[in-house]
Amino acid sequence: MEFLSDFFVAPIMEMVDAPEFLAEVIIAGLMSGVMYSLVGLGFVLIFKASGIFNFAQGVMVLFAALNFVGLMDSGVHPIIAFIATVVIMTVLAMAIERVVLRRLVNQNQLILFMSTIGIAFFLEGFGELIWGGNVRPLDIGIPDDVVFIANGTILIQEADLFAGATAALLVTILALGFRYTAVGRALRAVADDHQAALSIGIPLNNIWVIVWAVAGFVALVAGIMWGTKLGVQFSISIVALKALPVLILGGFTSIPGAIIGGLIIGAGEKVAEVYWGSLFGGAIEEWFAYIVALLFLLFRPQGLFGEKIIDRV
Amino acid sequence: MLYREAGDFKTTYAKDQALIPIRQDRVMLYIAIALALLLPFVASDYFLGSIAIPVLIMVIAATGLNLLLGYCGQISLGSGAFMAAGAYMAYKCATAFPWLPMPVSIILAGLATAMIGIAFGLPAVRIKGFYLAVATLAAQFFLLWLFTHVPWFVNYTMSGVPTPPPATVLGVYVTGADAPNWAKYLFVLSFTAFLTWIAYNLVRSRIGRSWMAIRDMDIAAELIGIRPLWTKLTAFAISSFYCGVAGALWSFCFINTVEPTAFDINRSFQILFMVIIGGLGSILGSYFGAIFITLFPIFLNSAPAWLGLDIPGDIITHLEFMIFGAMIVFFLIVEPNGLARLWQLGKEKLRLWPFPH
Repeated sequence: MEFLSDFFVAPIMEMVDAPEFLAEVIIAGLMSGVMYSLVGLGFVLIFKASGIFNFAQGVMVLFAALNFVGLMDSGVHPIIAFIATVVIMTVLAMAIERVVLRRLVNQNQLILFMSTIGIAFFLEGFGELIWGGNVRPLDIGIPDDVVFIANGTILIQEADLFAGATAALLVTILALGFRYTAVGRALRAVADDHQAALSIGIPLNNIWVIVWAVAGFVALVAGIMWGTKLGVQFSISIVALKALPVLILGGFTSIPGAIIGGLIIGAGEKVAEVYWGSLFGGAIEEWFAYIVALLFLLFRPQGLFGEKIIDRV
Repeated sequence: MLYREAGDFKTTYAKDQALIPIRQDRVMLYIAIALALLLPFVASDYFLGSIAIPVLIMVIAATGLNLLLGYCGQISLGSGAFMAAGAYMAYKCATAFPWLPMPVSIILAGLATAMIGIAFGLPAVRIKGFYLAVATLAAQFFLLWLFTHVPWFVNYTMSGVPTPPPATVLGVYVTGADAPNWAKYLFVLSFTAFLTWIAYNLVRSRIGRSWMAIRDMDIAAELIGIRPLWTKLTAFAISSFYCGVAGALWSFCFINTVEPTAFDINRSFQILFMVIIGGLGSILGSYFGAIFITLFPIFLNSAPAWLGLDIPGDIITHLEFMIFGAMIVFFLIVEPNGLARLWQLGKEKLRLWPFPH
């Protein structure tokens, strides 16, 4: 009984007693959710366009951030470093398409998935071989003061606001690009039906390069955001794995799903950690997202917004 | 001409159904067993303790994942967590029932892990492919958290990393700090040999064939009367059993502590790589994979010294990541059946040699 009361009643009471604190927790959670969303966005882009579940997306975040911070540390202006990293990620996309994807066309999805695990390991080793495995602080002049809202009762990090705004901007640009440009139309066509797209003359290989490059660009943005928060380090690629449950929640094929799923997971795990964590001995953040995903897989495998054409067995 | 089955007549049904029908293969197996038994007499203590034992244990884990991934086509990124489950369950069994013989405790731990495997394999009933990867990742993170945060699993030890209790088999210590390496080696070897034999028989039995049917085309398999639910769950259970036994042995006979860090997500990837490089859908491949993945880093660490180069350790670690990643991609593109397929090709060549056709 005591456990039940601790589980169901006490946390709710705490929330009602201190709504400002709850708001702070939720906002902090939403901000880490933005990071998950950004990583998840990269996954969805690649999955939609090529049907590949790109396990390397998390490592791409790390790799992009490593390149960016490495260039900046050697005295390159941030804007030039940014452009150079975008170029690097584009070259990487071309290399992956040329060396790996082109040779694995028509293979089983599981094989493609495992090949991206290989890519992930390669990139991780490669990035750290060039730039070293130490934690690198990243400072590109994002404001890091705190602001108070709601009569000074709720405290927010400016950097978090900045990250949220950047993510929103990025998503808007991507959405507009998908909607109104020729490349965007081609991407949507490929996502809908590979063979039909091919038959009306859309070059599939180029589309793959573009989509991997865009995913690389998203990874770079995510990496910079994350790097300013935690420093650029190896653990980024592990944290980025949390984007996988985000995708399960949001649905693999839905860009809004990735965004909303990320926000839900981010806020949910923070709230769970703060209010229920002590009940279970703490650190439930580590698995909360995965268990939510597991439940979703059991009861609603297509996620919140995914298409229903999942391969049922 | 060197390797041939000509003249090897099967005169009874029993012979025709033998596990290894070709005489030369049988002879090779006997030689291999004899060599494995002779190893403690000739090999150094370091070799036994730091190379032979981990390789044999990883063979069990890789065989387990191979049954699931290579034969039944269900991916798992949680093998490390299932190994951890085996280690903790074996520890609980061995301390709660000290009168149980150690092999029984380890088998019981394997069975408990099988139950856990079924629980996390349940989503496989509704989904397939990489969706499962996420479900098994859930196992990876949740189980490790569970074992580190619930003190019951370590009998409320203060440090949280207990030492496995010493136990004897036939009067010789096989676990604990006092156990000699040769005894641990033989103990592990008997498990590996026994489980390999089981696995070989499993995959040509009804259950193994239904796994392969599900892997190749689940709808067709269902149409000919194979129950997907049952088939997949047995694959998960048996695979987890193997991983659990491997984890128990890893803790009890190799690192001699029960700790979570030995079974983190990198362990899961390591086992996955063994299966891919060794050969998907081949028990022998699990041996090749385990040997290769375990020995390669050791080789990589000592190779620069032989060549007189001085490469710092962290660079070697990064190189190791790169090489493993590149090899995974390479094998998936060029030889999805891995080292086991190369072995097969070698035998084909020997059959014809020295003639071209």
